[in-house]
Amino acid sequence: MKPAPFAYHRPGSVADAVAALAGDAGAKVLAGGQSLVPLLSMRLAAPSALVDINGIPGLDTIEVDTASSGGGVRIGALARHADVLASEDVRRVQPLVSLALANVAHATIRNRGTTVGSLVHADAAAEMPVVLSLLGGSIDVEGPGGRRTIPADELYVGPLESSVHHDELAVSAFFPALAPGAGVAFEEIARRHGDYALVGVAALVDGDSVRAGFLSVSDVPTVVDLTGVADDDLGDAALEHLEPAGGIHSDIHATAAYRAQLVRVLTRRVVLAARVSRQARQPKGVAR
Amino acid sequence: MTEERHTVRLHVNGHVYDAAVPARRLLSDALRHDLGLTGTHVGCEHGVCGACTVLLDGRPVRSCLILAVSVDGQEVTTVEGLTNEDGSLGPVQQAFLECHGLQCGFCTPGFLTTITAGLRDNPTPTHEEARDMIAGNLCRCTGYQNIVKAVERASVLQRAQRAKDATVVEEGAHRPSRDQVTEAGT
Amino acid sequence: MGQPVQRVEDQRFLRGQGKYVDDIAVGEHALHAAVLRSPHAHARILDIDVSDVLDLDGVHAVWTWDDLADLSAPMAEPLPLLIPHPTLINGRTQYALAKDEVNYMGEAIAFVVADDRYVAEDALARIRVDYELLTPVVGIAASRAAEHLVHEDVPGNVGARLEQENGDARAAIAQAPHTLTLDLDIERSSCQPMEGRGVVARWDADLNRLLAWSSTQTSTGVRAAIAVKLGLDLGQVDVITPDVGGGFGVKINHPWPEELLVPLAARALGRTVKYTEDRREHFIATAHERAQVQHIEVGFDDDGRLLGLNVEFWHDHGAYTPYGLIVPIITSTQLLGPYKPQSYRVVFESIYTNTVMVTPYRGAGRPQGCFAMERTMDAIAQYLGKDRTEVRAVNFIQPDEFPYDHGLIFQDGRELEYDSGDYPASLEKIKALVGWDEFPAYKAEMAAQGRQVGIGLACYVEGTGVGPYEGAHVHIETSGKVKVATGLTTQGQGHATVFAQLVADELGVRFEDVEVVTGDTRRMPYAVGTFASRAAVMSGSAIHLAAKRAKEKVLRIAADALEVDEKDLQIVDGVVSVKGLPEASIDLGTVSVLSNPLRYAFDEASKAATQFSVGDPGKPPVAEGDEPGLEGKDFYSPERATFASGMHAVIVETDPETAEITILKYAVVHDCGNLINPMVVEGQIHGGVAQGVGGALYERMAYDESGQLLNASFMDFLIPYVTEIPDGIAIDHLETPSPLNPLGIKGAGEAGVIPSAAVFASAIEDAEGFTIKAMPISPSELFHLRQSQEHR
Repeated sequence: MKPAPFAYHRPGSVADAVAALAGDAGAKVLAGGQSLVPLLSMRLAAPSALVDINGIPGLDTIEVDTASSGGGVRIGALARHADVLASEDVRRVQPLVSLALANVAHATIRNRGTTVGSLVHADAAAEMPVVLSLLGGSIDVEGPGGRRTIPADELYVGPLESSVHHDELAVSAFFPALAPGAGVAFEEIARRHGDYALVGVAALVDGDSVRAGFLSVSDVPTVVDLTGVADDDLGDAALEHLEPAGGIHSDIHATAAYRAQLVRVLTRRVVLAARVSRQARQPKGVAR
Repeated sequence: MTEERHTVRLHVNGHVYDAAVPARRLLSDALRHDLGLTGTHVGCEHGVCGACTVLLDGRPVRSCLILAVSVDGQEVTTVEGLTNEDGSLGPVQQAFLECHGLQCGFCTPGFLTTITAGLRDNPTPTHEEARDMIAGNLCRCTGYQNIVKAVERASVLQRAQRAKDATVVEEGAHRPSRDQVTEAGT
Repeated sequence: MGQPVQRVEDQRFLRGQGKYVDDIAVGEHALHAAVLRSPHAHARILDIDVSDVLDLDGVHAVWTWDDLADLSAPMAEPLPLLIPHPTLINGRTQYALAKDEVNYMGEAIAFVVADDRYVAEDALARIRVDYELLTPVVGIAASRAAEHLVHEDVPGNVGARLEQENGDARAAIAQAPHTLTLDLDIERSSCQPMEGRGVVARWDADLNRLLAWSSTQTSTGVRAAIAVKLGLDLGQVDVITPDVGGGFGVKINHPWPEELLVPLAARALGRTVKYTEDRREHFIATAHERAQVQHIEVGFDDDGRLLGLNVEFWHDHGAYTPYGLIVPIITSTQLLGPYKPQSYRVVFESIYTNTVMVTPYRGAGRPQGCFAMERTMDAIAQYLGKDRTEVRAVNFIQPDEFPYDHGLIFQDGRELEYDSGDYPASLEKIKALVGWDEFPAYKAEMAAQGRQVGIGLACYVEGTGVGPYEGAHVHIETSGKVKVATGLTTQGQGHATVFAQLVADELGVRFEDVEVVTGDTRRMPYAVGTFASRAAVMSGSAIHLAAKRAKEKVLRIAADALEVDEKDLQIVDGVVSVKGLPEASIDLGTVSVLSNPLRYAFDEASKAATQFSVGDPGKPPVAEGDEPGLEGKDFYSPERATFASGMHAVIVETDPETAEITILKYAVVHDCGNLINPMVVEGQIHGGVAQGVGGALYERMAYDESGQLLNASFMDFLIPYVTEIPDGIAIDHLETPSPLNPLGIKGAGEAGVIPSAAVFASAIEDAEGFTIKAMPISPSELFHLRQSQEHR
């Protein structure tokens, strides 16, 4: 399975990358390539050009406690999943990112795949888009008209579809910090270790607020507010929202009814785990 | 209309290779067909089986999911680079031999590179860590039992080798006795 | 023999120096082929437009069926039906390139040769085919209903119907104190070796010869097919099987279209041509296996003794039948396992569907047979309230009943007669190994913690070492090195090591001095192939016999040279010496020189040989009936297969909420007679068990109603990683040597995978408390089974 031919650009700057994208309606960005390259090899995608951003300096930063990452974690477009996962700073400031990343594919894929790339790829079956949504994060994109920030709730518009314009390059993603006294948890169930999840749930508990994000359930990453719901009703409450919203996905690995069962089981487990994690956190140094 | 070719320079196993390849040439194919290093194998071309795993700047990656042009100038280690200079087997390779960690040998190069990097990062894995180290590679022949054993054996052999090398360096004229090496290895 | 010798082939594999088919001719600017495959499961081809293809830079040829007759007349005919059977009245095989119609998604339609595979695939994209879509027949139910036909001239979609009987099973069931009926279902799966198929061919115009490499399980089979289809003499064709990255049965079928088209292209274009299938092609254009629907009626007494067993099954063989009825015949006969039902009837229909064809996959019909019998045993035990091992024990063929004739015909066309085994002893061992008697207490303890566990057991018997023969050639060279050739092939079983062990033992040479070659028709042109767990038995025996012949000649010549009696001689580490008199010796290299009366001394060895004189100066240097050289050649051709056996047991846990299935313990008792290399045998068991776990819990072919294969990739066909396989398998051995071959060995290659579906069904059933009738099973399916139980 070999890709069809394409033109190849290797810009040395974000501006050059944007120019290359703007100049060719069929051009696509190549960062980690772990999702894109198989599509090219299977000829399910045949872009006229690839804009390879791997040579652009300064895009692989992972920042916490800086001006641009104030109150959270800012991940550059070329930061590999593996490096974000290994970052103790990230784990400290927003542990949900680390928890979710540990579930992304296999270590070898994480060595090359980028977190920002995964966010822009907009796969509802992936871990990071729903985490971004749950935390109310955002991505920064650079286009011919300059830079803009796209908040998570405006980012995911359809299956595998983000609102990033064709001539924009995502340059970083921002995940807000975990507030003191808040708790998070993540769990997914997959057929094999490292596979796409059948169902995955991320939960954020802050004070009375309980919110959960669901992956692999619907067409788009979906966040549900479960504030005030009794523990035993968490699963059903989530389903009440998920079923009409996008419908529950059915495929050869799991029926919709089975996924619903997993939603029931995992929602409760993960929300409870988020509560427990809240108690376990001991803020060090200056409270933010 | 012939396809445009790009010049790529790859540092593979300590040697410099220059090749002129189309942009769409996968790194796996460039290594195998343009550079003639056929030790890296292609099992699926969608990143799942891991047979194509090589080390890119020391980190395991799926060479079937990378374009050769995208890694111009970078360092690649393939299975061929794991053999010692004198042709003898490196510790991971030796461990596989001793533990019968391969049958048809097709998936083996991907395991060898993955484990080499894994043991470099974690030289004394627990049993669970040893299993986890190989959790992203498929094998259809061995059922994995002996591959896990090989990871653990490789860890022992590597430590013994390091102890031997360290003793030689430290002790200068003194040669380590067989006993010393055995002790380090147990 | 019997030693866990480290493998010689590992020396090259570990260094990345293996030579698999895609590694051949890498430096050489070979041309590369690609195949256009049908996107539809059933369609008539109205037109194929290739007019744009040759315009593409780097494309050398594009062929459809219309071009084949001119290239070689026999190529325009369908591919051979390899194993005919009198009941296969409606066998069908495909054309190398589709002629008027396509019958499965993936069927080959056009063949392109280009500078590289990338360009070849670009060329495929330029081919335009007009189809008239026909209604596809998908699944056994649709095939049996026969509202639509796969082949217009095959009524009811039935390729064959075969019935075998021993005694009158239906009458016995009618009169039995107890009867049960079971309806069972096994889904399609496939081998998926890590390396797919591939072939390279080179035509030598100076020598008028074709040389081909194929990732096959039978070099001689491919050679014969190429010769016939290309209109060549057999003697003009050489086929080499290079290193092969796994076969598991799928590479025994031949000739694949590409195995003919690539040599054809090499000859037509005067260039080396290579074809390597990609993973998607392996899914849609290679072969599958396993799918059957079974209906069982059984009559038994109060002890669970089988009085009558009547089995009907429907075997989905896909769109074509190149491999005949081997798989369902094996199911029919191996279903009996270690048991002796008083009467047995089995009838099957082998039926067509518009899906990839079915040829053997490790186990080759035995897993399905084992499933039928073992589910029946469990059902009987459940019905009678008896322990599942008791019901089995009562039906065992006893150790003193061998040889045991079942009164049926096996897949080799010979009587199904078991030669040896000890099933009661195996049962004792497996019970001890898994902790069968302790399990009820463990189950109760787990239940108290809210955990659900179950234990399962499955027994099987495997006919191994089927004929017709294998051969071996042993040549002791003047250097003292021993070169051995056998014609069957290797896909990871360690033949080069295992066979060298046998030669070292028989000849008295050092293991390091023996070099074994397999699968090269230039070295051994008489061979059958590697399948049905036959290599150790067949080639092992042949090699042993050939080495014996070589040894006889060694001793004869050495005795003459040393002027002693043959019986006073021994061979140790390649040196022949008089027992107790080490200075009276001659090394094998020198014996080799002496065996070939030379006029010219080319080297030190031949000069050294002149100190001895052999033979009577009054007689010819090469005696009548003798030959020059130190060689031994022999063949092993047994009267029947030899029967290995085993038992597996597994403890599983099922999650009450998520229905996830976890394996807690897996135990194997295995009898393959005498072991040549215990390390290799254990590796085969590990691999088979893992493949069995995959087949029982993760892997299946997911076709939709229009015959599209939905999971034609490793993303969705779930081969287990290490994390899905139990950490450690408990293995115990039993050795009942085979009386049918000189070394007492039985085959081991398929054992690990035969009882998997049965043993997991048994354990999950025990955990859940309801019957499991269909395998494989996923958590989603288990969840739904639970739901349907609750709604009763």
